[in-house]
Amino acid sequence: MARFVTHGHLRMDAAVPDELNRHAVDVLSAGIPAVPYGTPLPEAFPAGSFARRLVEVPAVAGALRSLVGPEPTVDHHAVHVREPREGNAQPLHGDAIIDVRPDAFDVQLMYYPQEVTADMGGTLAVPGSHLRRTNESDTGRYQNLLGQIRLTCPAGTVMLLHHGLWHGGRRNDSGIRRYMFKIRFNPTVPQVRLWDTADLADPRVTAEMSTNFPWYEHATARLEIYNRVRLWRALTGDDGFDIEHWVTRVSNRPTMRSGA
Amino acid sequence: MRQQVLVLYLPTSALDSAVVGWARYDGTGRTSPTTGDSDEPPYPTGLAALLDGWRLFQAAQLVPPYPGHEYDTSYLKHEFFFERLIQPS
Repeated sequence: MARFVTHGHLRMDAAVPDELNRHAVDVLSAGIPAVPYGTPLPEAFPAGSFARRLVEVPAVAGALRSLVGPEPTVDHHAVHVREPREGNAQPLHGDAIIDVRPDAFDVQLMYYPQEVTADMGGTLAVPGSHLRRTNESDTGRYQNLLGQIRLTCPAGTVMLLHHGLWHGGRRNDSGIRRYMFKIRFNPTVPQVRLWDTADLADPRVTAEMSTNFPWYEHATARLEIYNRVRLWRALTGDDGFDIEHWVTRVSNRPTMRSGA
Repeated sequence: MRQQVLVLYLPTSALDSAVVGWARYDGTGRTSPTTGDSDEPPYPTGLAALLDGWRLFQAAQLVPPYPGHEYDTSYLKHEFFFERLIQPS
């Protein structure tokens, strides 16, 4: 969870078994029926359907349970296709509209049924961008950022993204149609200690959340840690958590006490 | 003459600090830079672009944060626009 709070995504290579991947392109080409916004997951994806089997893959189900909790609703889903040699890339963007909730987040599942090679236009993602307050494709001018991820992955890979993460479909320079299936989940419970919290005091939590990504400006990098601490406090219910005193120092407001 | 534009994002307001982001637009039509097309910056610093002949024509202003939003993070702050004029062949 500390890694998700820091990076804004969780990557699970080849998490989905080949038995599902083999059918995926045909299923996705045929289309997954649309559902109304906010449909409970069991209603959105009937038992035995491809999408239901996808989200019930144990590693996927466990990660979703930890991030958005039990019984999330399906905001929407979509099959994304990057056509062979289509000649352009999506601008870097965050999905939906600017979303600055300090104590809740949606998760976007991105499933890649095929192996994605470097020239197939795998998703571009910018680690650590999810807490920036930007609106959709206003970031489109940023073509490349140091430390960006140009996704290449084996078949069956799943990425789970914080709703704010900057991303975009890259230009597909290959002769192969590239498929990606996206599902956006909304939590229906407070996202507090939904995961295995036995290791909250592990020093690796603080170390992870101190990460400085290569594209960060020097001064803003400190604010990124400040904002991660605020999010971690919300997710753990621990208002005393801090890293190098960043939040505590600027929140310190001693009050006059009566000498009587 | 045709204009080539280079946008560099730096980690501080100093032009000689290291490049952390970049974008290119080519008014000659000879190249088609786009999102996510490279992992290596074209220059190590903004100054290196000047040394290679690019002309700086815009630099981001330093704007104080709005009261109440001092800890918000948003767009990249240190954006520098360069140009190079090319004779059409």
